[in-house]
Amino acid sequence: MIVNLGYTALLLALICSLYSIVSARVYINTNRYQWVDSARNAVIAVWFLLTLACLSLVYLLTNEHFEIEYVASVSSRAMPWYLKATALWGGQAGSLLFWSWLMSTYTGVVMLRDWSKERDMQPYIITASMLTLAFFISLNAFVENPFNVLWIDSFGNITASVMRPNANLMFTPKDGAGLNPLLRHPGMIIHPPMLYLGFVGFIIPYSFAIGALAVGRTDSVWIRATRRWTLVAWLFLSLGLLLGGRWAYDVLGWGGYWGWDPVEIAALMPWLTGTAFLHSVIIQEKHGMFKRWNMILIILTYALVIFGTFLTRSGVLSSVHAFAQSSIGPLFFMFITITFTISLVLLFRGWETLGSSKTLTSWLSREGLFLLNNLLFMGILVACFWGVIYPLISEIITGQKVTVGPPFYERTTGPQFAALLFLMGIVPLVAWRITTVNRLGHLIWKPTIISLVVPIISMISGVMNFAALLSLWLASLVFCVTIYEFYRGAIARSKSSGNNFYVALWLLISRNRRRYGGYIVHLGVVFMAVGIIGVEMFQTETQGTLALGERMHLGEYSLVYRDLTEFSANDGRVVTRATLTVYKNNKAIGKLEPQRDYYKDSMQRMTIPDIYSTLEGDLYVLLIDWKPVGLQQATFKVYLNPLINWIWIGGFGFILGTLVATWPDQRDRDILTNNKSFAQPL
Amino acid sequence: MVKTWVTRQFLFSMFVTCMLFGSLGNVLAQDNSPTDDEVNAISKQLYCPVCESIPLDACGTQACIQWRDTIREKLSAGWSEEEIKQYFSNQYGVRVLAEPPIKGFNKLLWYLPPFSLLIGSLLVIRLLAKTRTNLNTLDSGISNIDNADRYVDRIENELKQWE
Repeated sequence: MIVNLGYTALLLALICSLYSIVSARVYINTNRYQWVDSARNAVIAVWFLLTLACLSLVYLLTNEHFEIEYVASVSSRAMPWYLKATALWGGQAGSLLFWSWLMSTYTGVVMLRDWSKERDMQPYIITASMLTLAFFISLNAFVENPFNVLWIDSFGNITASVMRPNANLMFTPKDGAGLNPLLRHPGMIIHPPMLYLGFVGFIIPYSFAIGALAVGRTDSVWIRATRRWTLVAWLFLSLGLLLGGRWAYDVLGWGGYWGWDPVEIAALMPWLTGTAFLHSVIIQEKHGMFKRWNMILIILTYALVIFGTFLTRSGVLSSVHAFAQSSIGPLFFMFITITFTISLVLLFRGWETLGSSKTLTSWLSREGLFLLNNLLFMGILVACFWGVIYPLISEIITGQKVTVGPPFYERTTGPQFAALLFLMGIVPLVAWRITTVNRLGHLIWKPTIISLVVPIISMISGVMNFAALLSLWLASLVFCVTIYEFYRGAIARSKSSGNNFYVALWLLISRNRRRYGGYIVHLGVVFMAVGIIGVEMFQTETQGTLALGERMHLGEYSLVYRDLTEFSANDGRVVTRATLTVYKNNKAIGKLEPQRDYYKDSMQRMTIPDIYSTLEGDLYVLLIDWKPVGLQQATFKVYLNPLINWIWIGGFGFILGTLVATWPDQRDRDILTNNKSFAQPL
Repeated sequence: MVKTWVTRQFLFSMFVTCMLFGSLGNVLAQDNSPTDDEVNAISKQLYCPVCESIPLDACGTQACIQWRDTIREKLSAGWSEEEIKQYFSNQYGVRVLAEPPIKGFNKLLWYLPPFSLLIGSLLVIRLLAKTRTNLNTLDSGISNIDNADRYVDRIENELKQWE
């Protein structure tokens, strides 16, 4: 019953999404308003239908309907209810459905909220977004169906399909296989939705861009209309990346948060182009320049979103994150090719009209430095993209399989990230159009001198690594310049308006949220950079085998092995847990209990660290091995990760800054509604 | 008595020598037995062909444990880091290395990103070369902006735009 309801809703959602495309097309041809209104209603109906399909699947998961192939493959009786519910995105079919539902939510909200804006573009916005959505729904309906039922024939062969094959009976396994142990972590409850919200969110500005190209719009009003969507997508993608890093740190047991794995890079690539777009689009809004480049960036971001989804799901590359592999790769490849080609055709058709008569006034201007910022983001993107696809290219051309690991990415992108930090340090002090070297020097000398304190103190503390000192100085420079910008602005406001400093600061931020929200994000980046420098350049590790009561040392910490216990957990795990007392400078400060989980159903092992965490750094301990007889000896791997928690703290800067920048602004609304040429009824 | 003293001295010397050699033997034996950290230092530069994007030092599969044992044996036998990496590369192909060597077709991997950055930089330079203003000629003309009031104006002007 529920299966039929869910699958019917899925099929109807597909029909409605295709109808909305056709209906929008009919409006374009006939100019009869009711067609585009009907298309909009169909878009909203798709959301209701996909919500129904998702709820049906969640019901089946939480009520242990193991006769459903998907339920049997990703859940089990021993799993707690919340993991059963979140198993919705724990496998290929369910996560595709969830992806589609999120996308329909975005498009539905756009239809309800932004219908009065950019009405000339709406038929094209519907076409672009619903074409993407129809593709994903059709994957669910015909290739990766989450509502397939298990059937068994008289010979004991088990098949899965929606309809019952002849002479088959429904087959209900006693229990499901359970969720991949790697996904049974609180971080996985929230990490995939964040990442998907980021991925899917970029489809909205892309759809607007396609709409603008299709109707030949060369203004920047549509960009203003989609700015909030772009920022929201960017924030979710940033949070998805951060949470993914935290999950890897807590679950994968390698002592780090980022392994330059192909799937990690697949999520990073649209973030790079999205970030470049967020910067470059400001120039289009301010001065009407870089229209072509912005179109290229948004098309590229969309293509990379689909490409990233393809990489994760096709199995074309090996990855620790590739949980859901199937034969949908070729379909994805075709879709990417078709949409990318159509986008490029539209772009080249409007190439001339997108040109700008304005040119850069000076290289030492905010526009000029934003251009350099974009160049660096693209440089990093090329290195990432090339590193991801190179193993395939090498195998195709030379027949030789290669691994492109972290050293390649660190060497090719490290200097560019450092250069980006430097730009973040000077751009806030550079004016639009032109700044003189004298003026920049006048503004920057104070923050520069203050920023030197950090590398000098580091040197006095014994840090002699040049790269580390340079990176710390750059992070410090960005911090000082950003704080100086807040200070200067507030003082200027205070002097001119007579308000006290704090009121002036509040007014300054609230009246120019985008700029100061951006600066708060920059402060978040500084914190993250400090954390990354700490881990990447000062991480230390040791491994040793201890008998009970023995001690091992790392830095100022030491660990004494106290105990090892083994027990069966309620969820089907056999847990082996060690207890160690932690000492800092020979003073006991706590105990750590790293453990090894063995999942009997899937025969998978997981090494779960225990962490002594401070702002100064983490003591990260793993139980590697133990003697099964007598439990007298155990092997531990210990990492000292300096400053790593600054990375997570930096994430709050991202959230706060983006919230400030995206907070609804009456002046934006006025600009959009006052633009009468776009407020005409269709 | 002298004979006894000589005999005692001889026996003592022999004892000390034996102890020294015994200790030396232990020391040598310890030197030949690499620590886990030495094994891990090489392991983290290798990837086993079976596991997915996990370096050897972090992988818990049986195959990876055996590889680490092999590294330990090779280190005990006095092999250098490069020799061990070369051994695994010869046995299982270059894919076991964390980074492909910069030779042959693999040069393309390493050279393309900086080359593309160079091309991008040239394009940007070409664009910037078209800038209309020469900074040197403008320097004196707009030097009066180097004062705090200018910033006040800037802030106020920008705020007025939005009001």
